[in-house]
Amino acid sequence: MNKKRGQQSIIFSSPPVITSTANIVGPMEGEGHLTEFYDKILEDTLDGNPSWEKCESKMMEWAINTAVTKDNSILADIDYVLAGDLLNQLMSAHFALRGIGRPFLGLYGACSTMAESMLLGSTLIDGCFGNKVVAAVSSHHDAAERQYRFPTEQGVQRPMVAQWTVTGSGAAVISAIGNGPRITAATVGKIVDMGLKDPNAMGPAMAPAAADTLWHHFEDCGRQPNYYDMIYTGDLGSVGKALVIELFKAKGIDLSSNYEDCGCMIFKDDQDAHAGASGCASSAIVFTGYIYKLLMQQKLRRVLFVGTGSLHSTTSYQQKDSMPCIAHAVAIET
Amino acid sequence: MFDKEVSQAEQEKYQEKFEQLKPKTPILKNIIWAFVVGGLICMLGQFFTNYFVSLGFTPKEAGGPTSVILIFLSAFFTGLGVYDELGRRAGAGSIVPITGFANSIVAPAMEFKREGYVFGIGAKMFIIAGPVLVYGISTAIIIGFIYWLRL
Repeated sequence: MNKKRGQQSIIFSSPPVITSTANIVGPMEGEGHLTEFYDKILEDTLDGNPSWEKCESKMMEWAINTAVTKDNSILADIDYVLAGDLLNQLMSAHFALRGIGRPFLGLYGACSTMAESMLLGSTLIDGCFGNKVVAAVSSHHDAAERQYRFPTEQGVQRPMVAQWTVTGSGAAVISAIGNGPRITAATVGKIVDMGLKDPNAMGPAMAPAAADTLWHHFEDCGRQPNYYDMIYTGDLGSVGKALVIELFKAKGIDLSSNYEDCGCMIFKDDQDAHAGASGCASSAIVFTGYIYKLLMQQKLRRVLFVGTGSLHSTTSYQQKDSMPCIAHAVAIET
Repeated sequence: MFDKEVSQAEQEKYQEKFEQLKPKTPILKNIIWAFVVGGLICMLGQFFTNYFVSLGFTPKEAGGPTSVILIFLSAFFTGLGVYDELGRRAGAGSIVPITGFANSIVAPAMEFKREGYVFGIGAKMFIIAGPVLVYGISTAIIIGFIYWLRL
């Protein structure tokens, strides 16, 4: 039976179950809005490691191990690990997986990687290629900052549209059977580039990709936005979120009542994060913490989770290229 | 929602919308911060200059040791992790003075120490300050040449 729907979507025939999740965050995230939804909060951004990159790897390793333990499983039960991060050559994921010893596929979708790994994980499970998959991502503010922007001790003034990369990692165990919310459908995004060139304005660059994926999801699956209790995008920040609402308004659809962006949920206003949070971990820590808990408590029954990624590189923006962006959606229902 | 190739017109329309929704830079607040912090750094420099003049240096000679002290202080406070906090608020007020230049050398030097002394500190130290030196020195040569022609 063909599970493809419309142009870009998939409807799973035996929807995989998200049986457990785990997350870990840095100190600044710990002081934000969602403190009670994190499994572990680090006291500093190194956590005893010699470098930020190593700290990020350790966070991912911890998140994967904890998610597997919470699932009452052992690592040997895991058929595949799908993981990614923001650093060049997926440095954090590769070093984190060194200690895991399970079949691994590395993914790069920038900040959309959590949704991408959940989407592909579900496909593996629904396709009967395995029984348990771990989807995991990480990002680290300081490591990302020095790769993409300035040294962290450099005295620069960040523009108001800039977002703050989240330090943290999130992992989810997706199983063929078990208790928990199910991934019922997914939409694979396509690259959308609106010609924005300012690497500080990633949320606004990604907003059209998010809107495009949402649009196709509704069209392919024959659903209205109000089918979902909540629609969450990954890390568009306050400006990107407003732009998504505007783009839908132009099409005559009102999203404002059941739509939120994970990047607007993490930091408090006085934390000086400007337009909100970003990074792979932005969507991951909100999903594996807050959203998953609400799904388990049945306070949310239908959620559309949309990971959003800006696929530019440090070379591309120095060569004055615009930012190609992508968004992937997974529908999760209890 | 969007075609395979987003048209130029659609891109422009979107960029216009973005400009409308873009949060405004708090210009007045930034200017006041820059004025106060920049002014204080210069005042500190003046204080050292006056001190060296009182020791018998000519004002021109006093410039050397004054710069050395300001550079030292900037490097010291960058090391303590204070200067980036200042720069975050003061902007050009702490970037333009010589202390900002020192910060832009010490910050990458600290950051890339983990990649070793040669390919880390050595190679990356001037990653921000390098262009300033290249174009600063080039401009100085051109100006010097013009000055020489006029004589």
